[in-house]
Amino acid sequence: MELQFFIELVTNGVLTGLMYALVAVGFVLIYKSTDAINFAQGEFCMFAAIIVAGFMNLYGFPLWAAIAVGLLFMLVFNWGLERVVLRPMIGRPVVAIIMATIGLALIFRGLGPLVFGAETQPIPLPIPDQPIIWGPFFVSPIDLLGGSISIAFMAVFGWFFMKSRKGVAMRAVADSHQVSMAMGINVERYFVLAWMLAGFVALLGGLVWGSAIGVDTQLAQLGLKVFPVVILGGLDSIVGVIVGGIIVGVIEALSAGYVDPYVGGGTKDFTPYVLMIIVLMIRPYGIFGKPTIERI
Amino acid sequence: MFHRESGYFKTSYKADMALYPLPIGKVAATGFVLLFLVVAPMVLDEYYLSIINIAAIAVVGALGLNILLGYTGQISIGHAAFMSVGAYTAANFAVHFDMPFWITLPAGGLMAAAIGTLVGLPSLRVKGLYLAIATLAAQFIIEWVLNHTPVISGGIQASIEMPRPVFFGTVLNTQSELYFFILPVTILAIIATLNLVRSRIGRAFVAIRDQDIAAEIIGINVYRYKLLAFAISSFYAGVTGVLYTYYFGIANYEAFQLPISIDYLAMCIIGGLGSVLGSIFGAVFITLLPIVIRVFMETVGVFFVDGVYLAQVIAQMRLILFGGLIIFFLVVEPDGLNKLWQNIRNYFRVWPFSY
Repeated sequence: MELQFFIELVTNGVLTGLMYALVAVGFVLIYKSTDAINFAQGEFCMFAAIIVAGFMNLYGFPLWAAIAVGLLFMLVFNWGLERVVLRPMIGRPVVAIIMATIGLALIFRGLGPLVFGAETQPIPLPIPDQPIIWGPFFVSPIDLLGGSISIAFMAVFGWFFMKSRKGVAMRAVADSHQVSMAMGINVERYFVLAWMLAGFVALLGGLVWGSAIGVDTQLAQLGLKVFPVVILGGLDSIVGVIVGGIIVGVIEALSAGYVDPYVGGGTKDFTPYVLMIIVLMIRPYGIFGKPTIERI
Repeated sequence: MFHRESGYFKTSYKADMALYPLPIGKVAATGFVLLFLVVAPMVLDEYYLSIINIAAIAVVGALGLNILLGYTGQISIGHAAFMSVGAYTAANFAVHFDMPFWITLPAGGLMAAAIGTLVGLPSLRVKGLYLAIATLAAQFIIEWVLNHTPVISGGIQASIEMPRPVFFGTVLNTQSELYFFILPVTILAIIATLNLVRSRIGRAFVAIRDQDIAAEIIGINVYRYKLLAFAISSFYAGVTGVLYTYYFGIANYEAFQLPISIDYLAMCIIGGLGSVLGSIFGAVFITLLPIVIRVFMETVGVFFVDGVYLAQVIAQMRLILFGGLIIFFLVVEPDGLNKLWQNIRNYFRVWPFSY
């Protein structure tokens, strides 16, 4: 019984963790190629989900059409964002870019409910509600779907970065802006591409999480889960995001299962951060990150 | 001979670092102190004084964060958590040991400084993004600990009722009485910051911000000064927290959550990084903004928005304007309101013979 409880917590933790990874990968993508830090990734997910849910529930769009609208918006918005806000800020201190994305996050938090209403809305995906039962284990189908989308997407991403011409160019841009410029890569175009890809990932993350827990501004809290994930895995590693996501998911599930009964709840939001602080002290570049040697 | 100046012509470092860079500064400072301490309480009623109170409290916090963010170049997204540390310390001292405000105020500040130094420890190894995330983590961890430790936070709803401050036997109950308690603390904080940033310590902070390796080479102990910046900054935050508790009459961690940290970051950015005047501008601006939006929406907005949703719409508009202003200032005028003010002042100062 004890073992079964443990295994169930771990399975759910792994699936949740994969879904966290889906949100975190947008962050890594932007950091990897543009060196910008996006504190608004959670808000991107939330806003994409709000658009999809809003068009489905308020205007009666079918799922695919609502997703198309959401995707279109995210791509156009992120393109404009890069052009108008982030390009003038290239070369400015890290603090400035962090603050700009925090400002962006605030705008999304205000705009979402202002346009589509503050009520929690569902995103009805065509999948069953009942948990899938495998012997003694319960797994909810949306977690399973989220986990598989995440894995599939990471695989595509891995291929993109390793093999495709654009992906290789993007890695070059990430490595050094100047050298890639000298090699004839249009760096600015890849910045835009990175932000648009992040918008696309945010839509996926928003869809999965939105249908799992409902869509309202609370969804943006996801963004805060991104940091433990990326710090654990390493800021510039796709594999690291998956591993970091799984670690955070499992730790959350275990602390919710074993520690919560003794202290009265809420450890779920807290343990990943404690773990993260420890990692920051010992190995700031994470498990898979590239160690940058810099004297401070 | 009657003539106008054509620019600034300082001939010594001493003149450049003077507390009042211009002779008119002394007059203006005295004028403002008189205006706020004598004229304002006579002219304004309770409501306006309460607004000045809350803006004055915000000024203290913004000054503190600006010392860290603007002068030393270290980011902290957990500043509200330091305020809550100060608030709970003061509340416990006042309730359990019956301490007067002149003990609880520095006690709250010192406790926050201790916690702040602890949180600042990662700054010795990491900077930029990593430091931002470490302080963000500190925000959540401090919040959680306060909420789950009844010994500190009183138990029910994690809030402690705070007795009113007593000044020589008089209980300060109303806003106009609190005004004379809060404003002197703010003035003290402003003077202290002005002098701090032109002292040896302040110059060391600026050196670390501009180029930490160079600072180390000219003999500044970077570790010590970074921690000192965290300590001083959190001391201010702690004092801010204590003032808030006296103002609201209750210490509650919900008044010091992540959005408040972001408000204070916004104050520093919109006001102007690395300037005392900018902190004051930013704090006043951010404090007044929601009030202005509310007044605007209640007079004009009612024609467009259903009355039931008004409160919601105001909150949402506030977020959008906040975010928009932060981005606007970062992209267009990184030196903030302070720079705008300087531009205006310089224009008129050397008018019509600008050099």
